Amino acid sequence: MKQMLNIALPKGRLGEKVYAMFEKAGFPCPAIHEDNRKLIFENEELGLRFFWAKPSDVPIYVERGVADIGVAGKDILLEYRPDVYELLDLDLGKCRMAVAAPKSFHDDPRRTLRVATKFSRIAANYYAAQGREIDIIHLNGSIEIAPIIGLSDVIVDIVETGTTLKENDLEVIATVVPISARLIANKSGYKFKNETIEEIVRGIAAQINAKS
Amino acid sequence: MTNVSVLRGDERAALALRALYSRYGYTQYKMNKFEEYDLYVRNKDFLISDNIITFTDTGGKLMALKPDVTLSIVKNSRLDAGVEKVYYQENVYRISDRSGSFREIMQVGLECIGQVDRYCIFEVLQLAAKSLAAISADTVLDISHLGIVSAVLDALAVDGTTRSALLRCIGEKNLHEMTTIAANAGADADRIALLARLVAASGKPSDILPTLVPALSSLVDSAMLQDFAALAQSLEESVQGCTVHIDFSVVSDMGYYNGIVFKGFVAGVPAGLLSGGEYNGLMKKMGRTDRAIGFAVYLDALERHLESDLSFDVDTVVLYDDSADPAALAAFVEAESADGKAVLALGALPEKLRYRTLRKFDGRGNA
Repeated sequence: MKQMLNIALPKGRLGEKVYAMFEKAGFPCPAIHEDNRKLIFENEELGLRFFWAKPSDVPIYVERGVADIGVAGKDILLEYRPDVYELLDLDLGKCRMAVAAPKSFHDDPRRTLRVATKFSRIAANYYAAQGREIDIIHLNGSIEIAPIIGLSDVIVDIVETGTTLKENDLEVIATVVPISARLIANKSGYKFKNETIEEIVRGIAAQINAKS
Repeated sequence: MTNVSVLRGDERAALALRALYSRYGYTQYKMNKFEEYDLYVRNKDFLISDNIITFTDTGGKLMALKPDVTLSIVKNSRLDAGVEKVYYQENVYRISDRSGSFREIMQVGLECIGQVDRYCIFEVLQLAAKSLAAISADTVLDISHLGIVSAVLDALAVDGTTRSALLRCIGEKNLHEMTTIAANAGADADRIALLARLVAASGKPSDILPTLVPALSSLVDSAMLQDFAALAQSLEESVQGCTVHIDFSVVSDMGYYNGIVFKGFVAGVPAGLLSGGEYNGLMKKMGRTDRAIGFAVYLDALERHLESDLSFDVDTVVLYDDSADPAALAAFVEAESADGKAVLALGALPEKLRYRTLRKFDGRGNA
């Protein structure tokens, strides 16, 4: 029996775009197009098993080796630091991690800055590099309301178009890091399924290069 | 009589590794569970995790439950001993990255300390490969040389912060970010391309070295390069049961490690199972002028990979009633288990017990 290559893709629009790249690279799984609620799809002939996972869980599947490769946002990789290889920047799902504050915000360096975020590690590293003392307030969602209701001075969050910020009277005051989707690989899986993984990397890299 | 089938997979592996190291003249190093905390504070960066379980002993000294074995061995090794070759099987106490709580981890490894020569390095690498081969039929030993990586990084002439960021990218095989970071720091494009080629290289020495060595020759000390190439090639030719690969993404803390570093992988085990290298930097920091090389095998990672057949709790259940003669029953159990089977005698059968065979034992001694 052919050794299966397990691929974890993020559920949603990004995952669909990424799957299209796999398909174009010569690694299709036609069953994925069927209209059903299945989460795991196999192409036995090519030895491929795709599965849809919650985007923030993809690095866990890959680090733990149940997926040999996967696609995850750079934000998740920076926040959770999984011990994986980061083989490609897919140039998809592009956005940025930014510091945003109310338009009236005036930064007073004499005071500890209160930062609300879902990305505590990224925020801590960003301000540590500046030697700035901060108080991190970890929130799980609706980060934008934190400075409006006085919970924090600023927020560190993902900004795509900036519409949500604008609608909440917030503005970006600094970019922390650009974000995009990355192809990651389990370090052990990469050793034992190297040929197929490298073939996929080459096929997808060719599409990225053609685009740019 | 020893029946190794009752051992867990990791215990069996530990036994096989100890036998292997003994065969090469390594002697067992036995140590206390505790060590003075100060030793770890002074060498914090050498540890995988700097979270340590501490306590104050009866004399008021701050002690630690060992998070590492190598530091203790180096501390207690003799300067005038020529070469000391020791192996150990010890439990260490570390915080698990994922759960954030402390775990007891069984670790087997060896250290070669003192007048370490080329043979010693080859022998340790060979034993690392043999250790992997003893555990599984499908294994890879990745070897790298920090001196080579360091020389290529030096040639980029970047500052310390950029160098650290590049090292992180090397460990992740993250060529896209590595290239951008180096270019933003103003490094020469050809040298960046050479670094990328070095990090991307992954495979058998015989496939990698013929083209890589000439490409590196302008930046890397030729004796170091030739030495590494010869070592890798001899290893590839002599080792059986383990695939030897060159992979320069294996990087360790350069303050402690220099020279050869390596990592071992077993198919089906998600993380590196074996890790080691030349830690001459640590020796220097501990006031030593001699050299050292060693490795550790993290047996906790094998718990699931090597587990025995767990589909049954016991081989045979002997069910008896109140009238059973204890001596006759004991003799029956003894006879049933003589061929190494696990035999459980019970008065009543628990609902979820999984067994291969059920034997009923009546009061007269018949089954």
